[in-house]
Amino acid sequence: MSLNAFLVVGALLFSLGAAGVLIRRNLIVLLMCIELMLNGANLTLAAFGAYLDDMRGAALVVFALTVAAAEVAVGLAILVALSRVYPVVNVDELDQLRG
Amino acid sequence: MRDVLPWLIPAFPLAAFALNGTFGRRLRRFAGAISTLGIVLSFACAVVLALDAGDARAPTLYQWVASNDFIVTIGFRVDPLAAVMLLTVTGISAVISLFAQGYMGHDAAQPRFFTWIPLFVFSMVMLVASDNLLELFIFWEMVGVCSYLLIGYWHERRSANFAATKAFIVNRVGDFGFASGVILAFLEFGSLRYSDIFAQLGGPQTDARMVTAIALLLFVGAMGKSAQFPLHVWLPDAMEGPTPVSALIHAATMVTAGVYLVARMGPLYSAAPEALIVVAAVGVFTAFLAATIALVQTDVKRVLAYSTVSQLGLMFLALGAGAYTVAIFHLVTHAFFKALLFLGSGSVIHALDGEQDMRRMGGLRPKLPVTYATFLIGSLALAAIFPFAGFWSKDEILAGAYLKAVADPGPALLADHGARIFWLYYAAGLVVSVLTAFYTFRMVLLTFHGQPRDVALHTHAHEAPVVMAAPLGALAVGALGAGAILGVPPENGLLHRFLEEVPGVLHLAGAGDPPTAVLAAISMAVALTGIALAYVAYQRRMDLAGRARRLLPGAQTFLEKKWYMDHLGDGLLVLLAKGAAYAAWGFDAKVVDGLVNLAGTLTRQLSGQLRRAQTGRLQNYALLVVVGLVLTVGGLMVFR
Repeated sequence: MSLNAFLVVGALLFSLGAAGVLIRRNLIVLLMCIELMLNGANLTLAAFGAYLDDMRGAALVVFALTVAAAEVAVGLAILVALSRVYPVVNVDELDQLRG
Repeated sequence: MRDVLPWLIPAFPLAAFALNGTFGRRLRRFAGAISTLGIVLSFACAVVLALDAGDARAPTLYQWVASNDFIVTIGFRVDPLAAVMLLTVTGISAVISLFAQGYMGHDAAQPRFFTWIPLFVFSMVMLVASDNLLELFIFWEMVGVCSYLLIGYWHERRSANFAATKAFIVNRVGDFGFASGVILAFLEFGSLRYSDIFAQLGGPQTDARMVTAIALLLFVGAMGKSAQFPLHVWLPDAMEGPTPVSALIHAATMVTAGVYLVARMGPLYSAAPEALIVVAAVGVFTAFLAATIALVQTDVKRVLAYSTVSQLGLMFLALGAGAYTVAIFHLVTHAFFKALLFLGSGSVIHALDGEQDMRRMGGLRPKLPVTYATFLIGSLALAAIFPFAGFWSKDEILAGAYLKAVADPGPALLADHGARIFWLYYAAGLVVSVLTAFYTFRMVLLTFHGQPRDVALHTHAHEAPVVMAAPLGALAVGALGAGAILGVPPENGLLHRFLEEVPGVLHLAGAGDPPTAVLAAISMAVALTGIALAYVAYQRRMDLAGRARRLLPGAQTFLEKKWYMDHLGDGLLVLLAKGAAYAAWGFDAKVVDGLVNLAGTLTRQLSGQLRRAQTGRLQNYALLVVVGLVLTVGGLMVFR
């Protein structure tokens, strides 16, 4: 399969994720969109690794996935804490750092 | 020993000041004795010094300023003039300090009083004995400080505080002139020591106009310190201080500092004849002004205060006529009888438990015999009746004016030639003599003669204790004999011969043999007229005052309002000062504060706008990140 195909899909995933981060209001959906962006980047990474026949691409993907997992754990912990206050966590309402 | 002695004279009072200042609270009544003792020791040293002051010595203590051309030393100038002043200052101060021990005996804070008195004596001694203008100026200020402290001694009284402040501020105006004169003197002569200045006078490089300017500016300082018009306004108010203070500072010593200054700078003034004319004019005008105001005073101390201003004016008249030694002579005799009169009035006030208004006195002669006797002696001296002290010195002043009037005028205005305007001054001097005799005996008659106007006060009156009566006696001896001892024969007495080597003694050209006896007779006649008028007015009750009022309507008010000087001062100076102050305040509050507030407001506005970017919303920040990313990458792609 051509490299381009993978890159396009990766870009699409990333863009969709970015758009979702900017548009969606529910915090859970936001976290999922962030994951989407991460996966898009991982795909691009893996595609280049295969194309250049370099194992480092795949190695980086493993690292990125690990970090993503940790980050999700933290993000969900924040979510759980917030959900005790707000029944539905809307990022629009989280403006207490407003200057 | 000879070199140490001059320093002992100020050292003793300084030690008394230090002792009383530090341990006053524990010493209490003993502080007065320490003060008197210190001053007496100082006087003793002054006597020893005077017996030896044939040759002028100038030991220097140390060099204070040494920067390139400007060198100032703290030193002593021991010559006959300084010796005379030292004797007068320390002698009178000792007597007054003793009197004050009795007078201030009931005062709880007297250690404070006896701290400032020796400090004053120290300052006055150093002033008189200094050998350069800057040192003199320093102690000039110091005596002013002591005057302020002592006038405002009863600081719980608002009027006393105002009077002390007024004295200091009016003095400051004079000091502005003094300081200007000192600066010019340094510019002209390159040094401030008297010996250096005198050596350069008359030389080729000295500018005559500068010399005149310096002489006039220094005289402005003297006007402030010696209460000459228009800087005389502080002296009557200074009577708020305790009576010994009035006697010491505002009669015998501090106010004479101006006279001393001009006499000390004699050679300078002799080189500036226009300045001498001004000095004489100011002096004689002040003498007249003050004498007229004294006529209508009801407070016995105020009469004496205006009398002092008037007599100082006569001293300046003598200086202006070139008769420097005569001025000093009158300074000495005046110190005796004026201090005596003030202390006598203090005795009266003490006897009447603080009453000073003559309208509530009367008939005190039988109750206060010693006070009366000494007061009478002082009054006769002030009125210049033969053979009391004042006669000799006052007569010589008038003679000096007369001689200046008749001497050859010469082609240019010269200090040792005549000036016709002195006829006017001589005539004015005679008028002042009449007025002096009149107001003096008006005071005597109102206080001691006639029927007591306040019977309760009169009954409780008691004669002074010995500690107060003895000084009165001592001063009375001086008021009696000082003139005869020091001034006979006229123009050639003990004092004149003693002061002859002092630089600056003038001898008028073509004055010839003065008709001494005639002039003396005129002076006496004039004085006796004044006394007679007073007797007629106040003893015989011929209502001269009523007649005078009808003859010169408004005159009494004019005199009572002190020639409207207070109104003038208020309108002119106070309004000006207030106007300037309000203008400055307006500028500060509106312009300066306005600018500062503007800076603050601008900052707030700006930040108010900038803070709108901080929404606190995650997605706004994320948007900014994305936009930035797109722009960066896009830019890189385009401009690669």
